[in-house]
Amino acid sequence: MTPAPSRLELRGITKRFPGVLANDRVDLDVRPGEIHALLGENGAGKSTLVKIVYGVLQPDEGEIFWEGARVEIRSPHRARRLGIGMVFQHFTLFEALSVGENIALGLEERLERGRLERRIREVSESYGLPLDPGRDVHTLSVGERQRIEILRCLLQSPRLLVMDEPTSVLTPQEVDRLFATLRRLAAEGCSILYISHKLEEVKALCERATILRGGKVVAVCDPRVESARSMAEIMVGTAIRETARPATRLKRAPRLVVDRLSLAPESPFGTPLREISFLLRRGEIFGIAGVAGNGQDELLAALSGERPVAEPGMIRIGEARVGRLGPAARRRLGICVIPEERNGHAAVPELSLAENALLSAHARLQLLRLGFVRRRAVAAFARRIVERFDVRTPGIEVTAGSLSGGNLQKFVVGREILQNPEILIAAQPTWGVDAGAAAAIRAALLELAERGTAVLVISQDLDELLGLTDRLAVIHAGRLSRSFETRQVEIGRIGMLMAGVEEPVPAEAG
Amino acid sequence: MEPIVATTVSVIAAATPLLLAANGELVAEKAGVLNLGVEGMMLVGAVSGFAVALTTGSASLGILAAALAGGVLALLFGLLTLGLMANQVATGLALTIFGVGVSSLVGAGYVGTPVARLPRLDLPGLSDLPVVGPLLFGHDALVYLSVAMVALTAWFLHRTRGGMILRACGENDEAAHALGYPVIAVRFGAVVFGGVTSGLAGAFLSLSYTPMWAEGMTAGRGWIALALVVFASWRPWRLLIGAYLFGGVTILQLHAQGLGLFAVPSQVLSMLPYLATILVLTLIATGSGRGRLDAPACLGKPFHPPA
Repeated sequence: MTPAPSRLELRGITKRFPGVLANDRVDLDVRPGEIHALLGENGAGKSTLVKIVYGVLQPDEGEIFWEGARVEIRSPHRARRLGIGMVFQHFTLFEALSVGENIALGLEERLERGRLERRIREVSESYGLPLDPGRDVHTLSVGERQRIEILRCLLQSPRLLVMDEPTSVLTPQEVDRLFATLRRLAAEGCSILYISHKLEEVKALCERATILRGGKVVAVCDPRVESARSMAEIMVGTAIRETARPATRLKRAPRLVVDRLSLAPESPFGTPLREISFLLRRGEIFGIAGVAGNGQDELLAALSGERPVAEPGMIRIGEARVGRLGPAARRRLGICVIPEERNGHAAVPELSLAENALLSAHARLQLLRLGFVRRRAVAAFARRIVERFDVRTPGIEVTAGSLSGGNLQKFVVGREILQNPEILIAAQPTWGVDAGAAAAIRAALLELAERGTAVLVISQDLDELLGLTDRLAVIHAGRLSRSFETRQVEIGRIGMLMAGVEEPVPAEAG
Repeated sequence: MEPIVATTVSVIAAATPLLLAANGELVAEKAGVLNLGVEGMMLVGAVSGFAVALTTGSASLGILAAALAGGVLALLFGLLTLGLMANQVATGLALTIFGVGVSSLVGAGYVGTPVARLPRLDLPGLSDLPVVGPLLFGHDALVYLSVAMVALTAWFLHRTRGGMILRACGENDEAAHALGYPVIAVRFGAVVFGGVTSGLAGAFLSLSYTPMWAEGMTAGRGWIALALVVFASWRPWRLLIGAYLFGGVTILQLHAQGLGLFAVPSQVLSMLPYLATILVLTLIATGSGRGRLDAPACLGKPFHPPA
């Protein structure tokens, strides 16, 4: 008896972009009913490879075999007809359209509205993924949005489901539910190609892993027997410096006091901040966990000074009441901020690295004289960032937008840290950054706290917060829970708070 | 009764070109393309329609020529913005300036020449009914077409798969591309449709509203049509309300001037429709912020298909 052919087999797939070899003779083999991990750093070629599998891109060389037969996947339509479904990392959803319309757009079959809605209800109930087809997407949570993408695939009974970093935006409970769905699909014979940065998840879920580095396959292994560390080292190609768990630094003087901070949202889809209170002590790292869209952006804008708040006393730095001050004045008082969005918020993509360094550092580092730019001082500062934070760039005159996400993030983090802030506020500091850069950024934050800076990290990545912070609290629907000592916290409890199950009690004001 | 009916009939006439042009622009914007060249396309439509109707003696050929001319101009806009990724705002403004120039060049010889007004579609008996007759019957074909077009657009956008794909392209071009829809082709179609209806709006002006050609005879109606799309928050039926409202303001000020109702210079009254446009846009922009959110998310953004 011959063994069943692979569900999907790639042989020698090569894809070139101008100046980059994104995939270099990649072989990949996914068996029927298998959950197969595709691992690699940012820029290792994972996204390119799955886009080729889904017909969004065409390979320059190489062959694709589907259940033993050679195929060419010229378009996503063709991929869907073969039985390949894909859940994208950045959701391919249309906010102003309804759930039903979003699903219809991803289907090959044309069903009339009533039948489609019935089938959506059937499949969503059978997999425990409740969704109302009539709702508009912009009213849904991130987890619900992902369900749309998954249902869109399930409705065509896929035989291969590609998932690109599906858990980066989910609560722990939502992750558990997703894994249950995936395991059930695999048991029913559907193969799953699972792309993730989170190695613990891969160990829990996947049977085999293909690891890419620099566009090449560097290993195929069994994640259940490998350690997360060993897989990370294969991905990066060098040993990774682990960040040590911080010693407790709890009884120090408060640096930043946030006292019953409330703020109306700027847009109808924003979240209002409701009586947020916390204090940030010298030398500690305080974490705020939460699912995206629960007030994190508004909180960052209120703290940075982008949006002044009603009462000056709602935000205090030492004795100074700063609630009505703008960003430059607050920077002079010692608050530096690393926003989540690198392009367009933390950095201006069209400007050079040197100019971007000037933009946030002029107030604290005296980079202006009588209103004129001190070009040499600016260049020296930018070069210092590049050297100290290992930013891989041809020079400081290249535009910020030309750097990869991880390198630009290192630059932005370095720019703020080298201003010696009294208080540093970082939103999603390692979001979309590869393992090596993420470790470097975490180490830099720890070192900064060690030197006495008060650090606030707002992140959706709970693992990161658990490894980095001394205390943490959860933001949900614009309210902040009480704070927990990170060492003693139960993850389940945090997960419930993130999902809004347990009503958070307002924190004690300092 | 008689003056009210007469006034209402003239409101319908004033609203029709706005409705035709705005309806086309709405479709283009729903697909994600902002074409500020409406005024130019209307002018070129007006002069082409007039010239062809005058030389051939056929109003139908005139209307056809106007639609074609508007479509050709829109195609040019599409080539520049969708094919060559030129900036949509700058290209749209250039299209308007181009349209103003070309139309006065072509139309130079026709200034002051009258042409037969578009025939009214009279229904024997019905058109003679009091009040209802002149209001509902006895308009020309373009008036009926403008209303039918709104119904057709509403049905297409919200009841057909094609309309859903068009809205998807305007809402999230990259997602539409990732799902395998031809974003650029869809946008081309929408832009050309917008050009055709703008051409028709021009033809209505030069063949029915005032059956003659005069330089710059659109007098800013293309810009009002653009504002109407925002006013209607990109919904076809609200466009109907908006167009008749603006038509009403236009007629109102004409009558006010004629009767010497207000002790203000007539120029101030002539400004009314434009002031109303500015007022509406300001209210929408400052109101609850809803106006901005109704806009298609990718409006005006160029789409580069990844390699």
